[in-house]
Amino acid sequence: MISMPRIISPHHAQKIMNVVLWGVGLLAIVILIIIIGYILWNGLPQFSLEFIFGNPVGSGESGGIWPMIVSTFYVTFIALIVATPLGVLAAIWLAEYAGESILVKAIRFAAETLASIPSIVFGLFGLTFFVVFLQMGFSVLSGGLTLALMAIPTILRTAEVSIEAVPQSYKEGSLALGASKWQTIYRVVIPAAIPGITTGIILGMARAIEETAAILYTVGAALAIPMSIWDPARPLPLHLYILATEGVSLPNAYGTAAVLVLIILIITISTNYLVEKYTKKMMGR
Amino acid sequence: MENIIIEVKELNTYFDESHILKDVYLDIPRNAVTSLIGPSGCGKSTFLRTLNRMNDVIPTFKKEGTILLDGKEIYDPDVDVVDLRKRVGMVFQKPNPFPKSIFENVAYGLRVHGNNDKKDLERRVEASLKEAALWDEVKDKLDDSAMGLSGGQQQRLCIARTIAVEPEVILMDEPCSALDPISTTKIEDLIHKLKNEFTIIIVTHNMQQATRVSKYTAFFLHGEIVEKGLTDKIFIEPEDKRTEDYITGRFG
Amino acid sequence: MARNWEEFLVEKVLLLAAISSIIIILLIIGFVIQQGLPAMEQVGPLNFIFGMDWSPSYDIYGVFPMIVGSLGMMALALIFAVPLSIFGAIFLAEVAPKTMRRILKPTIQTLAGIPSVIYGFFGLIVLVPFMRIHFGGSGFSMLTASIILTVMVLPTILSISEDALRSIPLEYKEASLALGATHWQTIKNVIFPAALPGIVTGIILGMGRAIGETMAVIMVAGNTPIIPGSILEPARALTSNIALEMGYALGLHYNALFATGIVLLMMIIVLLVVTNYINYKRKVTVGGGYL
Repeated sequence: MISMPRIISPHHAQKIMNVVLWGVGLLAIVILIIIIGYILWNGLPQFSLEFIFGNPVGSGESGGIWPMIVSTFYVTFIALIVATPLGVLAAIWLAEYAGESILVKAIRFAAETLASIPSIVFGLFGLTFFVVFLQMGFSVLSGGLTLALMAIPTILRTAEVSIEAVPQSYKEGSLALGASKWQTIYRVVIPAAIPGITTGIILGMARAIEETAAILYTVGAALAIPMSIWDPARPLPLHLYILATEGVSLPNAYGTAAVLVLIILIITISTNYLVEKYTKKMMGR
Repeated sequence: MENIIIEVKELNTYFDESHILKDVYLDIPRNAVTSLIGPSGCGKSTFLRTLNRMNDVIPTFKKEGTILLDGKEIYDPDVDVVDLRKRVGMVFQKPNPFPKSIFENVAYGLRVHGNNDKKDLERRVEASLKEAALWDEVKDKLDDSAMGLSGGQQQRLCIARTIAVEPEVILMDEPCSALDPISTTKIEDLIHKLKNEFTIIIVTHNMQQATRVSKYTAFFLHGEIVEKGLTDKIFIEPEDKRTEDYITGRFG
Repeated sequence: MARNWEEFLVEKVLLLAAISSIIIILLIIGFVIQQGLPAMEQVGPLNFIFGMDWSPSYDIYGVFPMIVGSLGMMALALIFAVPLSIFGAIFLAEVAPKTMRRILKPTIQTLAGIPSVIYGFFGLIVLVPFMRIHFGGSGFSMLTASIILTVMVLPTILSISEDALRSIPLEYKEASLALGATHWQTIKNVIFPAALPGIVTGIILGMGRAIGETMAVIMVAGNTPIIPGSILEPARALTSNIALEMGYALGLHYNALFATGIVLLMMIIVLLVVTNYINYKRKVTVGGGYL
C-alpha cells in the first residue's frame, strides 16, 4: 500500500480508494443494523407484560425475566455508588493536583492496567477476594463490587480527560476573584466538565450492565429476586448466556437479548441527548 | 506626595534560571490609572501577575524584593493569597467568563466569599453590571449563558465580576487586545469612570490607549523599568532615549 | 485558617481516591498470584506454560494450546480488523461528508457498546450455522471466533486511529495538496505515516481487547483444549478456559485456573509496556518533546 507501482494513474487510484473507503464506512453501518436488527426482530415479538414482569418458570424455559432485570439494576447500582466517587475524585486529583512524581506515574500505570485486565480475571479476583476471603458469598454485593472495580478506570479516564480540557482561563478567572483552589474546582471546573464526567459514568454503567465474565463466579445464578445484597442473583447477561449455551429456551434468549440491547441503546441515546442539551445551555448556543 | 497604595522595591523575579524582572522599583498611586507599557516579553505582564500572586501556581516561579500593599508585604507567609486576590482583582487579556449564566458570573465572587443572601446578591449583581455599563444590554437575559455575549460584552462582564467583590486595586492585562475598536472605546470609558473608586493598573501595547486612560505610566524594557512618571511627561518629553524610541515606534 | 484546613483535607481525600487504583491492582495481582502459584509450583512454570495437554481429571495442566488459541484468534481478528479499521478511520477523518459522519460516529459508538454476550449470542445463532453450511465442520471454530472478535475490536482501533489522523496538523495536508498530489496520495504519503504511532497504539489496545474477551469467544470457538490443525477447527482461549471450568474446579484444578489468569495478566502487562514505550517514543520523536 505504501509503494504502489505506477500501473494505475493517481486519478484512478483516487477513484478506487474512494469506493473502498465508502464501502468500509457503509459496512460498519450494515454490520450494526444486521446485529441489532436481528436481535430486535427476533426478540421484540417475545415481549409481553408477563415476559418483562413475570418470574421465570423452571430454569427459564418459559415465564419472564423480572428477577434478572432487578438483579441487573442492583449490581449496577452497587457498582456505580462505589466506582463513581472513586473514579471522579481520582480524576480530579490527577487532573488538578498531581505533578510529575513517581507516585503519579504509578497511579496512571495502575489505572491503565486496571482498564486492560480481562474481565474474567476480575471475575477470578472477585471469587477469591469478595466471595471467599471476605466471606460475602455468591451475592449481589460480591458481583456489584467486582463490577465496580471494572468501572473505575472507565470513569476515571473519561472524567480526567474532560477535567483537563477545561480552559485554564476559567480557573484563572476564578482564582483572580479570590476563590480558593477547591472552590475553583467545584464551582467552575467540575460544572464545566460535567458533560464529560457524565459520559464517563454512563460508560462505566454500560460496562457494568453488559458484563458477564466478571459476575459468572461472583454473583451466583439464582432465579429468584434477590431480597438483600447478600442474596445471589442472575443479571440479564448471565441469564442470556445460560439460556443460550445450555439450550434452555431460544425464544426467551431472544427476548432477553432484546431487553439488554434496548437498555444499552436507551441509556446511550438519552445520555447523548442530555449532555448535548446541558452543553448548549452552558455555552449559550 | 500622593497617596501610594502599592510600593514595589528591589523586585526580582525568575522562572527557573531566567531572570524576568530586574530591580524594579515602582509606586502605584491610589485611585488613579497607571499604565505599564513596553515591547512583548519585557516583563510587564509578569509584573502585573506578581501583584496578585497569580504566578504562585507556576512551580518554577521565584520572587525577591518587597511588594507592599498598604504597607504590608503581600508575599509574607501570614498573608492569605485568597484575601489578597479579593483586594487585588484582575481582568484578563481574553474575556474569560465562566460557562454559567450572566447572573452567576457576577455573583460568583460574592458566593465564593460566603454571600448566599439572594436579595443581597441580586442587588449587588445589578449594581456591578450598572457600574460596568452592561446592565441595559443584559437585564432581560440574566439567566442566559455568558458565553453567548459578544467579546466586548464578555469583557465588561468580567469587569463587572471583578468589581462586584469590591477590590481596592484592579489589574488589567491588555483588556482590549482581543476586542474591536467600538468595544475598546466602551472599556476605556469604563476605566475613566472606575478610577475614582479603584486603583487601576493596566498593561497595554497600545500607546494611544495609555495616553487616553492613564495618569501615570511606567515603561518596561528587558525586565527593567526605564522610565516612570506622569503619562503626559513620558509621552511629551521622555528623559531616556530608549523611551523616546519606543513611543515613537522605532522598535517594539 | 479553617479554609486552609479544608483545602488540605480535600486534597488528601482526592489523593486517597487516586491511590485506590494502585491498591486495587496490587490486590488483584496479589490474590490471583497467591491462588495460582500452587499450581505453577506443582506443575512447574515451564510445564504449565508449554505443556500440550490439559486434562484436569488426570491433574495434568498445560496451557500451551490455549495460548495458541488466544494468540491465533487475536492474530486472525487483527488481520481482518486492522485494514477495515484503518480504512474506516481514513474515511471518517478525511473523506466522509458531514451527514455520513453524523451517522457513522454513533454507529461506531453503539458497536462498541453492544454487550459481548450479545455478540456471542449472535455468533452462536447466526454465524455458527452459516459457517457450518459454507465451510463444513461443526461451525464452531477459531475462524468463527475471529470474525466475531473482528467486529468487537473494530470500534476500538477505528476510533483511536481516527483521533490520530485528525491530530495531524492541517498544514501538512495543505503543503502536499499544494504540490499537486491527489487527496489519496496525500493521505497515503503524508497523513497516514504521521498518524502511524497513534494507529499502532489503537491496534495494541485492540489486541488487548481480543485477548481479554471471554463470553463471545466461549460461545462460538468450540473450546477444545488442543492446538487446532486449521483455522476451521475449534480452539480454546485462555479466558474461556477459566470461565468454562471454574464452576466445578476443586483443589489443584482450581489453582490451575488462577494460574491461567496469571498467564493472561502477563500477556496484558507486556502489551501495556509496549504501548507505553511507543507513546514515549512518539513524544520524543514527534515535535521534539512538545507534543
